[in-house]
Amino acid sequence: MSTTKDVTDATFEELVLKSDKPVLVDFWAEWCGPCRAVGPILDQIAQEHPDVIDIVKLNVDDNPQSAAKYQITSIPAMKVFQGGEVVKTIIGAMPKPQLETDLAAFLA
Amino acid sequence: MRQLIIIGSGPAGYTAAIYAARAHLAPLLIASSVEAGGELMNTTDVENYPGFPDGVQGPDLMNMFRLQAEKFGTDVVLDDVVSVDLTGDEKIVTLGSGSVEKSRAVIVATGSAYRKLGLADEERLSGHGVSWCATCDGFFFRDKMIAVVGGGDSAMEEALFLTRFATKVYVIHRTETLRASKIMQERAFSNPAIEFVWNCEVVGISGDESVTGLHLRDTISGDERALRVEGLFIAIGNDPRVQLVRGQLDLTPDGTITVTGRSSKTSLTGVFAAGDVIDPTYRQAITAAASGTIAALDAEHFLATLGAAATIIDGQSVEFARATN
Repeated sequence: MSTTKDVTDATFEELVLKSDKPVLVDFWAEWCGPCRAVGPILDQIAQEHPDVIDIVKLNVDDNPQSAAKYQITSIPAMKVFQGGEVVKTIIGAMPKPQLETDLAAFLA
Repeated sequence: MRQLIIIGSGPAGYTAAIYAARAHLAPLLIASSVEAGGELMNTTDVENYPGFPDGVQGPDLMNMFRLQAEKFGTDVVLDDVVSVDLTGDEKIVTLGSGSVEKSRAVIVATGSAYRKLGLADEERLSGHGVSWCATCDGFFFRDKMIAVVGGGDSAMEEALFLTRFATKVYVIHRTETLRASKIMQERAFSNPAIEFVWNCEVVGISGDESVTGLHLRDTISGDERALRVEGLFIAIGNDPRVQLVRGQLDLTPDGTITVTGRSSKTSLTGVFAAGDVIDPTYRQAITAAASGTIAALDAEHFLATLGAAATIIDGQSVEFARATN
């Protein structure tokens, strides 16, 4: 169903920090309604821009280390990593056109 | 062209859809892309919706509303309305995807949005300790000290929910009396992790990367003081969401859409409104649902009158055609 990969505390470094491409990490949880709403939108964006950005999902319940390290206090939180650094943070679910505008620099 | 478009997917929108669909109006319901289901999607236990003696989870309730609306032929679209033109006989609704939907009648059930404190640092620290959704964000405040601002049922509910995680929850309120229902007040008063801070308003939020504290001002003495907390949950009420229809529909001084008497009729023919967007006072799931019923019945009556008028006009034109032959 989901076209995006899951990332865990164990695979974070390899899949996110060492990636050549920008990676958007969607910090989410089962119990978060807005996360479930924005999930399919991120799947669509991932499908539409496979060459320029990786979109991965991190379940904050199962991966508390990464959530703590990046000081997540509100989800959904979407962070774009480039060269191991956070270069963009988006907090809260939003409609697809708005997300695309916010992420324009990484989708071109 | 459709008979009816419903904008909104809270209790008002879905209930209007259930009634309209059962009246064979095959309504199109625009549910929103990320806020489908409305405010109850961010609520856990709903204990005051009749028919659920053991309570029901907000998202579960909204899912059942949706299934019931779809069962009778409602088309639900998970997209946002970006603009409307409600002034003509043909109502035009444009969606985020760019698609344009047309109908003879529209029900506006766009609900309300969380009110903000209006402080300079509120936006900056939003998502970094400032939150409007305890069920979304409470989890991240395990063993921390946090504050809830507000005095209504939602503030009590948030505070009680947050005691699952936080060591201490301050409830900051401008006066000494709460608007919250007695049962919620009693639960909050008897919870040892909740401490009330009466007669205080939040005038500032401090923190560079994330919230480290609040500046409070005593509403009686004017004294200011600091309160160390790592989270602030804002539950100071809601404002009706009227930005789509502003300039087209008359609004009340409260900012809600004006309707005639107990009906759902707005200032434009064929446009009806229901739920929180017309209600500055009660704003409950059940009152919104009831309001959705009224809107569906009003819309059904309006469309039936249109249909009857169209038949008469057709009849006349037939007579006219015969006469000229």
